[in-house]
Amino acid sequence: MFINLFRALRRQGIPVTFNEWMLLQEALEKNLADSSLTRFYHLARAIMVKTEGHFDRFDQAFLECFGHIESDDDLIARIAERLARLPPLELTEEEKRLVEELELEEVRGRFLDRLRNQDDEEHVGGNQAIGVKGRSPFGAWGYNPAGVRIGQGVSRHRRAIQIAEKRSFRNYRDDVALDTRAIKNVLGYMRQVVREGPKDALDVDGTVQATCRNAGELEFIWERERRKRIKLMLLMDAGGTMTPHAELVSRLFSAARDLVKNLKFYYFHNCVYQELYTDIEQMTPVATRKVLDQTDRDTRVILVGDAYMAPAELMSPNGAIDFWCRNDRPGIEWLQDIRKRFRKVIWLNPEPIKWWSSVPTTRMIGRIFPMHELTLEGMRDGTRALMKQ
Amino acid sequence: MNRFKGTGSYILSDSLREIVNAAIVLQRPLLLKGEPGTGKTELAQVIAEDLGLDLIRWNIKSTTKATDGLYVYDTVQRLNDSRFHDKDVSDIRQYIRFGSLGEALRSERQVVLLIDEIDKADLEFPNDLLYELDQMSFDVVETGDHFRARHRPIVMITSNSEKELPDAFLRRCLFHYIEFPDPEMMKRIARVHYPDLEAKLLSQVVARFYQVRERRDLKKRPSTSELLDWVQAIVAGGIDERELARRLPFLGVLLKTEEDLASVTL
Repeated sequence: MFINLFRALRRQGIPVTFNEWMLLQEALEKNLADSSLTRFYHLARAIMVKTEGHFDRFDQAFLECFGHIESDDDLIARIAERLARLPPLELTEEEKRLVEELELEEVRGRFLDRLRNQDDEEHVGGNQAIGVKGRSPFGAWGYNPAGVRIGQGVSRHRRAIQIAEKRSFRNYRDDVALDTRAIKNVLGYMRQVVREGPKDALDVDGTVQATCRNAGELEFIWERERRKRIKLMLLMDAGGTMTPHAELVSRLFSAARDLVKNLKFYYFHNCVYQELYTDIEQMTPVATRKVLDQTDRDTRVILVGDAYMAPAELMSPNGAIDFWCRNDRPGIEWLQDIRKRFRKVIWLNPEPIKWWSSVPTTRMIGRIFPMHELTLEGMRDGTRALMKQ
Repeated sequence: MNRFKGTGSYILSDSLREIVNAAIVLQRPLLLKGEPGTGKTELAQVIAEDLGLDLIRWNIKSTTKATDGLYVYDTVQRLNDSRFHDKDVSDIRQYIRFGSLGEALRSERQVVLLIDEIDKADLEFPNDLLYELDQMSFDVVETGDHFRARHRPIVMITSNSEKELPDAFLRRCLFHYIEFPDPEMMKRIARVHYPDLEAKLLSQVVARFYQVRERRDLKKRPSTSELLDWVQAIVAGGIDERELARRLPFLGVLLKTEEDLASVTL
């Protein structure tokens, strides 16, 4: 049931699985939606979407599947006025089979047709016109398996579509970049406590436990030290094409600085060459070689840039965009050095992912570093990749 | 099956009530997220009261381990007792101390189990709970005892999204995000706490509150509890709606950081 909703959710990138699908079927079987589209909306969302960041995608998928239901409010209101509440039509199984069965699209087409041709008198019974208690596919309290139902609980069905149409969770979307707090939440993943190094710290609790189990005979338990603080280095592109993204990068920077005590950060211009800069205004240089040598191999490195440049800037000696900068090694070699030096490096790109493949330098850099979008979702994937042991 | 209807003092949306009932019927944990002050924790209390069940609360801290929630074997006490020979230390059962989850699973009656702020714990913590929450049973290794819940507890879990929760864990939960109340709902909430408040003043307070709250530059946005405190301050200060329209008194009740205060008063 509603397999098209399942597919639409997958298309929207919501990681819904078969188990959740089965749970929804179970919920429907237990009549938790109570034939109300609004309740179905909330129920399906609670079962299949596990983060508010995906609510907007759910709304879109929902609209895709159910948005066409009762599309013309005026029309429906006019017809609904005419439909008196009469007892439902009872048909035998055989009669039901005889009732014309139509495809939904066809029904909609004929419905509008017939509405135009119908005179303004009320209808009860009959096989053709729109009215009540009939066997035509249109009307209320009648019977037709593919019928368009009108005037019955219109408002409660309509409401779910309106909720979805409002798309009130657009601001929670996680593929659009958000404020510093949201970025912090995502980067917070890096704060996880890891036990590292040799087993040289005394586990007091464990020792007490083991000793007591040992009937008081002292038994020491050693463990690896807990290291909470992660070492992080941010290399940020301050080149001209990055200007539209400056605000976003600065938010990322301030979030990282709040979270990570051990943060190193440098700027570069379009591509990394023999010098990095410690600030943008003064362009105070520091030798890239020195930075690489003096930074621990375990440091997680995030490069932030649009990777958008002339191929020569990446591939040629002296290709740097600044004329006073003479680089005897092409930028790509420096990037490869960074990749080789550190165990975990990612590149965050503020440009939308769909453009990447059309930019040659982006493609080339994407082959050196795992590249993620500079959005909440991209950062989440990126930080996960960084934290993998 | 008992249906959760909601009580007078806790205002909740229809959708949340339906989701709570769905979680009860489907016997799945309900994961609640939402801004601070949207009543995530209180909901479990309200459900317990409404259904006439006991509430067992498990507050998660950064050091909490999943096994602690089931039981702890108090070996220290046992060793201590063994020195004085006044108890039979061979009976290990008396040194098993059950945690909140263990109590919930051992209970003779159905209970509501609240796992509060699950995101505070270690990343692996939710995964360590998977088996017990699925099977609703656990073993005490030291004694060989096996416990299985007679009635599946109604499990409510809250998170402030400080950490990501593992996918395997999320797949087993229903999820609801409690939205910040809109002005109309906020009026109803304030009405519950201050039934005698004049309607005009209440409208003005709520309107002014949302004006402050919607400012984009705020570091920490005021929530429901701050509004309720603010109402109290305004009533105690004898301020009427006209004065409230002119200025914002007692801003310190709403805004808790210097920067926010400065940016709003400027």
